[in-house]
Amino acid sequence: MPWEFTEANMKKVNEILSHYPSNYKQSGIIPMLDLAQQQHGGWVPVAAMNAIAKIVEVAPIRVYEVATFYTMFNRTKVGKYHLLVCGTTPCMIRGSREIEEALLEHLGVKRNEVTSDGLFSVGEMECMGCCVNAPMIAVADYSKGSEGYTYNYYEDLTPKRVVEIVEMLKRGETPPRGTQHPERKNCGPAGGNTTLHADMRRQW
Amino acid sequence: MAFFARAIRHSSPYLRSRAPPPPAVAASCRWISPTAAAGSPEAGAAVAPADPETPPPREPVGGARVELPSNPEDALEVFVDGHAVRIPKGFTVLQACEVAGVDIPRFCYHSRLSIAGNCRMCLVEVEKSPKPVASCAMPALPGMKIKTNTPVAKKAREGVMEFLLMNHPLDCPICDQGGECDLQDQSMAFGADRGRFTEMKRSVVDKNLGPLVKTVMTRCIQCTRCVRFASEVAGVQDLGMLGRGSGEEIGTYVEKLMTSELSGNVIDICPVGALTSKPFAFKARNWELKGTETIDVTDAVGSNIRVDSRGPEVMRIVPRLNEDINEEWISDKTRFCYDGLKRQRLNDPMIRGTDGRFKAVTWRDALAVVAEVLQQVKPEEITGVAGKLSDAESMMALKDFVNKMGSDKVLCEGNGPSPPADLRSNYLMNTSIAGLEKADVFLLVGTQPRVEAAMVNARIRKTVRATQAKVAYIGPPTDFNYDHEHLGTGPQTLVEIAEGRHPFCSTLQSAKNPVIIAGAGLFDREDQDALFSTIETVAKKFNVVRPDWNGLNVLLLHAAQAAALDLGLVANPTESIKSTKFLYLMGADDVDLDKVPDDAFVVYQGHHGDKAVYRANVILPSSAFSEKEGTYENTEGCTQWTIPAVPTVGDARDDWKILRALSEVAGAQLPYDSLSGVRDRISMVAPNLVHVDEREPCTISSEVKPPVKQQVSSTPFKTVVENFYMTDAITRASKIMAQCSATLLKK
Repeated sequence: MPWEFTEANMKKVNEILSHYPSNYKQSGIIPMLDLAQQQHGGWVPVAAMNAIAKIVEVAPIRVYEVATFYTMFNRTKVGKYHLLVCGTTPCMIRGSREIEEALLEHLGVKRNEVTSDGLFSVGEMECMGCCVNAPMIAVADYSKGSEGYTYNYYEDLTPKRVVEIVEMLKRGETPPRGTQHPERKNCGPAGGNTTLHADMRRQW
Repeated sequence: MAFFARAIRHSSPYLRSRAPPPPAVAASCRWISPTAAAGSPEAGAAVAPADPETPPPREPVGGARVELPSNPEDALEVFVDGHAVRIPKGFTVLQACEVAGVDIPRFCYHSRLSIAGNCRMCLVEVEKSPKPVASCAMPALPGMKIKTNTPVAKKAREGVMEFLLMNHPLDCPICDQGGECDLQDQSMAFGADRGRFTEMKRSVVDKNLGPLVKTVMTRCIQCTRCVRFASEVAGVQDLGMLGRGSGEEIGTYVEKLMTSELSGNVIDICPVGALTSKPFAFKARNWELKGTETIDVTDAVGSNIRVDSRGPEVMRIVPRLNEDINEEWISDKTRFCYDGLKRQRLNDPMIRGTDGRFKAVTWRDALAVVAEVLQQVKPEEITGVAGKLSDAESMMALKDFVNKMGSDKVLCEGNGPSPPADLRSNYLMNTSIAGLEKADVFLLVGTQPRVEAAMVNARIRKTVRATQAKVAYIGPPTDFNYDHEHLGTGPQTLVEIAEGRHPFCSTLQSAKNPVIIAGAGLFDREDQDALFSTIETVAKKFNVVRPDWNGLNVLLLHAAQAAALDLGLVANPTESIKSTKFLYLMGADDVDLDKVPDDAFVVYQGHHGDKAVYRANVILPSSAFSEKEGTYENTEGCTQWTIPAVPTVGDARDDWKILRALSEVAGAQLPYDSLSGVRDRISMVAPNLVHVDEREPCTISSEVKPPVKQQVSSTPFKTVVENFYMTDAITRASKIMAQCSATLLKK
């Protein structure tokens, strides 16, 4: 089955290629795979990899190697909202397993399965760098193609809150991204600062 | 056995350290350095305090010779285990250690492939480096102090080995690599005596790479040698490293066979038993095999091979290193044709009876029948044809015999109606195979090197990869595994180049070392004289032949061709065969048998019941290349010998001996009774054929040729080799080659 970048995305492809010298076109494989994944509803088919190989003028196997190496590239179908639960130690200690259980139970799927309405799938990711707000999930939103693609973090989750987020997404709403703790602001402590109240620059 | 030898070699530093310390005089012998001052033992000892346990000096690994650059500034000195060695700039630490005689264990490093540095087995300690260094990827720097035998280096290797063995199955007893396995040898020499891994080992799905390479991917240690070989040497970008972490595996991702004519070489370079030979699977153990160092005759390259046999049976064929011809690779046809040596063989002399069936007879009867017929035909009706696989001795005997009977109609198949036998430079690869690496522009005329001579093609590909040499091709559309420009399909394009009208002329003009390779398929064309004179015009125009560079080449197709032309087996095949009453086919299966007159008496002397047997009246069984001593000249004019590896089949005899016996019965006895006698006779006709393992270039230039009046025809060039895997009697009898043709040639 032939696969092609859309016209709008072809412009982006050319933009990507312009970053690299013409004899190092293969440097563009990763951003192109990402673009292809957004365009193709969250996963990269072999046909898309072949198309990219053609654009960057390498053998297809060189693109397969990259696509199989990075876990962020899905090679099977995912839901329109791909929910990635962080499973690394800080999140695990703060209850990421319960988060995942709650998600899987609520959606009625197993890990890496897509719900029957095609809306959701749940996967696991390693550390996404939000350990201070653990546990967290990342939601890759492929519902609006590569133009409206978003990739948001939802942090400080509880099993109850994560289900609420899923419900909001199902209704087409956009839950506020970032920390879900009512008293926290970004990565700051709950209830406002406890130290460093003043502007420290004055004193020094 | 090699396994034990290696294990002992690797442990030798330990054994030697117990020996009394060597006298100081002995130490001075090892300095490779040309200058005494730079490499004096005192200098080495002054910087690296001599350890009383320091092992005695060693010779470079494998007798390797290092050519130091003439400019002393391009050489540098490093210290390996306290001994100073001088190496050229750009050497890696591993190479420096090899020069110093220290064999560093390695899996992913291969001298003919790019450096990957991913197995980590070659870790050594380098002074002032905080961590052990992967020696294969680290350039040696002046004054570097490399320590290969310290606790740090030993522990590093042991650790790496433990990791490598973690997921490696313990199936050595059922593994075909057992006994010649790098992992087995090195784990004995460098590994710990126990592992700490208690979890489950991973398993990997086997891949289907075609009928030649068997995969047991669970054994793979991810050295990526096969991936690099496929993309760099073979030029098929099919294999890759997929996945990550413990899920990492070698594969093609999409189901795909490895369609390369060099695919068998991944069996040799795989350091473990992940890629092994499918036809050889579970057939024999390597220590049961007797290796015979001989050469290959399935094409005109004369690749150096080792025939491994057990008793009377050829078990496998592996390459032998020859930098000038095949480096360390061989083509799949060379490697896997050996099962053809066991099938369709002619065992006994046979005579076709009146009912059209063959009856086995004794040699005496068969020779008597042939001699009787010989007496009845006129001398000029006798024709002798040598086959593609004939050695020089038998062709000499055939020519002498036919001449003695009063005929001059003796030829070798594949050399066309009027072979250019006058000057050796007209039919040889004058640049030499290794010399192709210096070329910067290739013009291939009517030759498809990938199927005609896979090893020459590998050399061209190597050159193209290394120096971005340009390749232009005139001939029918065909497969290339490197970038090339298809200029045209017929001689017209060649004429255009000769007349300077073609755009490619500018490339040729600017080339420093241009190479023209004409295919031996051109010999069969009616207009071959005109073609070769056009090629010579091109050569003259673009300075292809100079005193310091001869870029005018002919790429031959068969092992016998060059020697046949040297010996003067040059009769016109169409005329000779049309008028013959007595046809002597010496392994010649590709002559046009329809042209043979119905009343002609055909003698087939050969080792395989191939095409020509159907027309033969008498069959005389002879021995194949693996069973006889024979002289062959390859396409670049290098003379080499085959060595008998196995006994002959049944009642077969060497080709020249049969002719000698027949000559006596026919009353025209040939004047030699021994191989040395035949070779003496050969040395009178073509002295270059007795200088074995030497390439004798042609000294006379082609200037002295008479002018050609013939016109170039417009018929496009033809594909000469339709099926790479089946070109001669041996490969046509091979089951493996038949499988390859069926699965790999499918378009």
